[in-house]
Amino acid sequence: MNEPVAAIDLHREPIRSTALLSRYAESTVWLARYMERIENLARIIDVTETFTRTGQAEDGWRSIVQINADSERFYERYERAEHQSMVSFYVLDRDSPTSIATIINLARENARTLRPLISTEMWTHINMFHKWVRELTPNDIRPGQLSRLCARLKQECQTHNGITEGTFFRDQGWYFYVIGKHLERGDQITRLVDIKYHTLLPKVAAVGSPVDMSQWSAVLRSAAAYHAYRRVMPRALTPASVAGFLLLNNAFPRSLVLTLRHVYGALGQLRTDYGLRAGMAAQERIDELRAALADQTIEEIILRGLHEFLDWAQQQIHAVHDDVAAGFWPQPVVAAAAPAAEQPATLPPMTMEQRPGEQIMNGMRQSLPPLRSSTGEE
Amino acid sequence: MLGCDVTDEAADDPVPPNASDPVPRGRAFPMNGGPRSGLFDRYDGRGGFFCEIMNSGAGQPNGEDATIALIRDRLAAMELSELRQRAAAAEAELYNLGITFTVYSERDSIDRILPFDLIPRILTATEWDHVERGVIQRVEAINRFLWDIYHDQHILRDGIIPRDLVLGNSNFRPEMMGLNVPLGVYVHVNGTDIVRDEGGRFLVLEDNARTPSGVSYVIENRHMMLRVLPDVAEDIALRSVDDYGMRLRQAMMEVAPEGVVDPQVVLLSPGIYNAAYFEHVFLAREMGVPLVEGRDLVVENHRVFMRTIAGLRPVHAIYRRLNDDFLDPDVFRPDSQLGVPGLVDAWRRGNVAIANAVGTGVADDKAIYAYMPRIIRYYLQQEPILSNVETHICREADGLRYTLDNLDKLVVKPVGESGGYGLIIGPHASRSELEEFRSKLEADPANYISQPVINLSTAPTLCDDGVQARHVDLRPFAITGASSWVLPGGLSRVALKKGSLVVNSSQGGGSKDTWVLA
Repeated sequence: MNEPVAAIDLHREPIRSTALLSRYAESTVWLARYMERIENLARIIDVTETFTRTGQAEDGWRSIVQINADSERFYERYERAEHQSMVSFYVLDRDSPTSIATIINLARENARTLRPLISTEMWTHINMFHKWVRELTPNDIRPGQLSRLCARLKQECQTHNGITEGTFFRDQGWYFYVIGKHLERGDQITRLVDIKYHTLLPKVAAVGSPVDMSQWSAVLRSAAAYHAYRRVMPRALTPASVAGFLLLNNAFPRSLVLTLRHVYGALGQLRTDYGLRAGMAAQERIDELRAALADQTIEEIILRGLHEFLDWAQQQIHAVHDDVAAGFWPQPVVAAAAPAAEQPATLPPMTMEQRPGEQIMNGMRQSLPPLRSSTGEE
Repeated sequence: MLGCDVTDEAADDPVPPNASDPVPRGRAFPMNGGPRSGLFDRYDGRGGFFCEIMNSGAGQPNGEDATIALIRDRLAAMELSELRQRAAAAEAELYNLGITFTVYSERDSIDRILPFDLIPRILTATEWDHVERGVIQRVEAINRFLWDIYHDQHILRDGIIPRDLVLGNSNFRPEMMGLNVPLGVYVHVNGTDIVRDEGGRFLVLEDNARTPSGVSYVIENRHMMLRVLPDVAEDIALRSVDDYGMRLRQAMMEVAPEGVVDPQVVLLSPGIYNAAYFEHVFLAREMGVPLVEGRDLVVENHRVFMRTIAGLRPVHAIYRRLNDDFLDPDVFRPDSQLGVPGLVDAWRRGNVAIANAVGTGVADDKAIYAYMPRIIRYYLQQEPILSNVETHICREADGLRYTLDNLDKLVVKPVGESGGYGLIIGPHASRSELEEFRSKLEADPANYISQPVINLSTAPTLCDDGVQARHVDLRPFAITGASSWVLPGGLSRVALKKGSLVVNSSQGGGSKDTWVLA
C-alpha cells in the first residue's frame, strides 16, 4: 500500500497543487455562467425599456422572451408582453427559472458549494447581492425605477467580476471560471444577434428610417458595443455590419470570436500547466467553430442563412460545455442515486424544456435551450 | 491554503498595536459630552452566582487579576448606546459574511446567525492552565477507555463499570471490536462542556466525543471582537486562537497511514444543506484541505479516492462531520446516501484514517459520564483534575439512598438511550410529582443518576434592558494526534433569556468571545 503519491504528483504537475474536485470545477463553471447571465439580462431589459418608449414596445419585450426561449411559459401566465408583466417575470418571479431572482439564487447556491475555494470577498459580495435582489418589490420595477435598477444589477455583476479578478486564486478553478463566463457570453451574443436581426430585419418601407437606426444602436448598447462599433466602423450602421461586429470582431469583449478564444485558451492552460488533457475534445470543437467564423464574412454568413448559422453555433457552444463536463466531471459509471445531500423541496421548479441529453442536477445547473426554428419572423 | 479567507482578513484588520492612536491609554472611549451612563451602572453581577468579570478575584490567592480589572474599567467607561451601535454593526457583518446557518422552508431559505454578545468572557492564565490540564487528562482517559472496551475489556472484567452499561449501550459499536485505530486515538477532536459553580469551581457537565461543533465560532468571534472592540482589547496579551486548523491538519497527518509521503487529508461534510456547513467550510479552509461530500469519494480495491478533474486521487485521512450511522451504507444505515460504501472496510485495513473514530458515542454517554472519575483513576492512576458535577449513581446503594433522601433538592436523570427525557428537577417539582417519581426510581434505580442543581456562573451580557448578568458555560476543544492540544479558551455559550440555565443555540443561546489572558 501507500504509493508515493506526492512524488508522482510533482512530476506530473508543473504547478504544485491539489487536483481540483470535479464537483468544484462544475460549480465554478455554473457560478460564472449565472453571474454573466444576470448581467446580460439586465443589459437587455434596460435597453429594451429605453427603446420601447419610442414605440415598438411589444416587439422589444417579445424578443427578450424569445432570447430566453420562454414563450410558452410566459404566455401561460401573461396575456401581453409589456412593461409590468415582462419585468416582473424576468426580475422578481421566483418560479421562473430564467428570472434574475432565480438565477442569483442558483449563483449563490453554487457559491456556497465553492466557499472553501473562492475568496471571502467573492462570497460576501454574492451573499449581499442575493439578499438585495430577493428583497426587491414590485415598486422597484416601476417604469421610473427600472433604469436605475438595471444599472445597479449591471454594477453588481461588474463588481463581482472585479472582485473575482482581484482575489480568485489562479489555479485550476480560475480556468473553469473563465470557461464558464465565456461560454455564457458566447451563447448570449448569438441569441441577441439571432433574435434582433430577425425582429428588426428592415421591412422595405422602413429602411433607413430613424426608428430603424435607433433600434440598431440600442442593440449595440445592450451589448456595451456602441462606442466601440462607432470607433471601428464610423461610416455605416447597417444590420449586417452590426451583426458582423457582435459576432466576428476580435477586440470586442463580447464577440463570439473573442469568447471562443478565451475558452480555448483556458482549456490550453489546463493542459499545459496542469497536464489535464480532458479538454481536448472541447478544444477540437472550438477549432472547428473558429474556422467556420474565420472563413466567412458576415455577408457570406447572412447569404447562407444567419439563423441557421447561429443555431449551429449555439449547438456547438452547448456541445463544448458538454465536452468539458464529460472530460472533467464525468458521471460515475454506476449511475447511482441522485446526490443525497440535496433537498429537492428547496429548489425552484424546473419546468423548462430540456435539450435531450442535458442533465439538470439538483437544480443548480441550467442551460438555456438553444433557439430553434421559430424566431421573430412573424 | 487558497486565496484570501476569513482569517487572513482578520489578521490584517485589527488595529495596529502601536499606531498613533488618539485614544489615551486607560481611557478607552472618547467622551461624547453630556451625562454619561457606563455599562455597569445598573449591573448586579452577584445575585448568588459567580460572575466571570465582577468577582473573578474571589478564590484567587492574590485577589483580583489586574488585567481583568483593566478590561472591566474600560467596559465600564463605555456608553450603552455606543455598545449597542457596535453590536448592531457586528450582527450585520455576520450576515454579510455568511457566518450563518440556513433554515429551509418549502420555497425559501432563511439565514440565521448564532447571536454574538460583544462583552468578552475572560479567563486568567492560572484558570486556563487548570482547565487545559484537566481537559487533556480527560481526553486521554476517554481514548484509553475506548481502546479497552473495543479490545480486551479489562475495565468490565475488573468490575469498574457494569458490563451492561457499556455493551448494552446503543452507542457501543460491535463493528469496532478489535479494530486498531492509529496511535490508539479514537477521539481526535473533543469538546468538553464545563460550568462554574457558585464558588467559581470548574466542573465538567458533559463530554462531546463524537463530532463536537462550534469551534468556528470561537475563532470568528475573536476576529469580530478585534474588529468591533479594538479599544477594549488594546495592549492586552491574549492567547491566540488562530492555529486550530493547522493543528488539526497536523493531527490528521499523524494518524494517516504510515509510509505515505504527503498524506491527502480531506474534510467530509454532509453538504451545503447541513446546518453546520459554515463550520465545515471554515475548517476546510483553515486546514487547507478539500471539503468533500460522500459523492466525491469512492472506494476501489479497499482504498479511498476522490473524484478530481485529473481523475481519481488517493485520500489518506478523513476528518468527517457525518454521524456514524451515515458513514458507510455497507456497514451502517443502508439508505445513507451521504456516506461512502466500503469506507469502513478501507479503514479497517489501515488504508485510511477516520477522525473521530466510529463508536466514540459510548464514551460521552450520560451513563458513562457518572463513572468518568473512576475511569480516570483506573487508566491513569491520577485524581481527576476537573471534577464532574457531583453525581450519584442510583444503581449503587449509597447513591440511591442519598437521592431518595434529597429528592427535592436534586436533578434526577435517566441514563442510557432515553437520556434527556423523563428527568425531574427537584426544587421545581410538586409534592405529588416527587412522590410519583420516587416510586419510579425505586422500581428501577439502575436507570437513574442524580445531581445537585448547579447555579452556572454569569457574565455581563448586552440585553434589551441594558447590561445584565446571564449564565454561561464553556466548551474547550481538544485535538489529539500524537499528543493532545487544547485551543486556548473555547466556546463560551450564554443563555440570553433572563434566569435561564440553557445555553443551547436552539433555545435562545448565544456566544461570547473567550479571552485567555497570556
